[in-house]
Amino acid sequence: MTMQRAIFATVLAGSLLGLAAPACAQMEAQVPPPRQTWSFAGPFGKYDEAQLQRGFKIYREVCSSCHSMNLVSFRNLAEPGGPGFTESQIAQIAAEYKINTLDDQGNATQRPGQPADHFPPPFANELAAKAANGGTAPPDMSTLAKARTYQRGFPWFIFDMVTQYQEQGPDYIAAIVNGFRDPPPNGFQLPPGAHYNVYFPGHAIAMPPPLQAGQVKYDDGSPETIEQYSKDIAAFLMWAAEPHLVQRKRIGFQVIIFLIVLSGLLYFTKKKVWSAVH
Amino acid sequence: MSGPSTYQPQNKILQWLEKRLPIGGLVHSSFIAYPTPRNLNYWWTFGGILSFMLGVQIITGIVLAMHYTPQVTMAFNSVEGIMRDVNYGWLLRYVHANGAAMFFLAAYVHMFRGIYYGSYKEPREVLWILGVILYMLMMATGFMGYVLVWGQMSFWAATVITNLFSAIPGVGDAIVTWLWGGYAVGNPTLNRFYSLHYLLPFVIAGVVVLHVWALHVAGQNNPAGIEPQSDKDTVPFTPYATIKDGFFMAVFCILFAWFVFYIPNFLGHADNYIPANPAVTPAEIVPEWYYLPFYAILRSIPDKLMGVIALFASIGILAFLPWLDTSKVRSARYRPLFKQFFWLWVIACIGLGWLGSKPPEGIYVIVSRLFTFYYFAFFLIILPLLGIFEKTKPLPNSISESVLGAKA
Repeated sequence: MTMQRAIFATVLAGSLLGLAAPACAQMEAQVPPPRQTWSFAGPFGKYDEAQLQRGFKIYREVCSSCHSMNLVSFRNLAEPGGPGFTESQIAQIAAEYKINTLDDQGNATQRPGQPADHFPPPFANELAAKAANGGTAPPDMSTLAKARTYQRGFPWFIFDMVTQYQEQGPDYIAAIVNGFRDPPPNGFQLPPGAHYNVYFPGHAIAMPPPLQAGQVKYDDGSPETIEQYSKDIAAFLMWAAEPHLVQRKRIGFQVIIFLIVLSGLLYFTKKKVWSAVH
Repeated sequence: MSGPSTYQPQNKILQWLEKRLPIGGLVHSSFIAYPTPRNLNYWWTFGGILSFMLGVQIITGIVLAMHYTPQVTMAFNSVEGIMRDVNYGWLLRYVHANGAAMFFLAAYVHMFRGIYYGSYKEPREVLWILGVILYMLMMATGFMGYVLVWGQMSFWAATVITNLFSAIPGVGDAIVTWLWGGYAVGNPTLNRFYSLHYLLPFVIAGVVVLHVWALHVAGQNNPAGIEPQSDKDTVPFTPYATIKDGFFMAVFCILFAWFVFYIPNFLGHADNYIPANPAVTPAEIVPEWYYLPFYAILRSIPDKLMGVIALFASIGILAFLPWLDTSKVRSARYRPLFKQFFWLWVIACIGLGWLGSKPPEGIYVIVSRLFTFYYFAFFLIILPLLGIFEKTKPLPNSISESVLGAKA
């Protein structure tokens, strides 16, 4: 019996070592972005309205000249759990955009935007976007914060289940905005038209550094630094990708409390029912 | 379903109905009076959890289908429309996507439990094979559902998986073209996957009826692995099993809710939030977590055709388990050697799952090959030989003795 156990333990230890070795060998390519503190992280997370409004200002004044956000409508900006603009504010914001449409004769024309309209794209189509940006179309920003991530690796991805770390996307976006280095480190061969970024996989990113300190004016006294911009735009993009996050987490708490109470009641009922048999 | 029912309804209308269609008696004998072994542990609650998950998937799926558009230029945006504009659409979609994962998690627990306690052995071979068929149907359904999102990972997973059939000599390429309905994964592929994804859950529901029927004919296995001999060994399904299943289902729902409300994208892949683009291949193409062990087996074999054969064999071999395991003793409780080989096999399965998410290079390939070898050796070498050489522990005389001790 002890012999069997010894063999079993050896094989078990061997197989665990086999698993651990590749985990160490896997420190590779992508530099993990620094972890930020987000108001929307964790079970009680909520978007910070002021931060989303600042992020939206950055999107409107800077990002939107190259990046579309096709799935987001102006009306979304006034919905609960979002940036908290008023109806009149969004009507005003929407009216500043020109929306392509047809007139009564079927000729192409433009009209001012309305709250129900989606954000109009900066380029007519993907080819135009490519041609204007050195061959690489800037990605649409509607789902960008959920479409970007980085490898957490073993065993971290297991802990993430418990700690609810779901902000890899915003962390990565903030890191990209901060990660430009000019000139690139010695010995790095940068392809023509590319820019060196610490956190971009492979380091050669087509996007030029999008933001300079002081470029976007804040009227709430927040610092006008690249670091602050990077957090605000990442938070705004997280909202654009997951506009119902606040509602989801609020309902989630209620559901989980309900289920815990239900489980408790069912447990004691089960104990009572089975007490006759045991 | 265990003999003619003695069920006598009190209500006049029900009595009238019962004479013409004894459905009340069927329900009564199947879910109320049905005798269940008194020693079932919580691993036996996963059958009920699986039925519940099938119901959740069908109900959320039907509502999602009302809002989804199976057309290549609109599919991704229609899913995003559900997430953004449909009332509680985000909830429906996250429940459905994470529900698939929970369904597989429960199925894996259910299968590991069946193997540990020898639930596939005589007279439950057909019950077990129906379970293997259910598992295969689940895999097909889950795969096609993942494709419907029409993100990058959907598109490329569809491309990789359908391309497996091109390994068949001679007719492989023709079969792949037939599966796609064209010369690449495209609109016809998406349409047929949508059609089949809607059909297969009802096929699953039908096979579940057969599975439960077979279960109620043979009776449940139990942790002692011996048949009930008297009324002392069993308790009626209701209230005993009902309340126990209900309790653990609620506990399982806590885990489910945790995923849905707090980490809904944890099990997904970020690339699937990028619309499908046939011109751009993602850096890595990985299937959903529940297929990873089989993906690792596929990639651990250098030859494509042999890899595909190994992939299908690793699932198909489960159907032969009742005959590969030659031991007369069912439960691992009384099989000291089997118990150790079983846990090693569980480690191999989980290890293969992790390796399936890693690039097929260096040490990963070597470890994948070791685990793949052990996976098959467990079925083809260890189980047949153990029945001959293993010295099993003495079995208890009855279920009640195993619960209450020899004095009972």
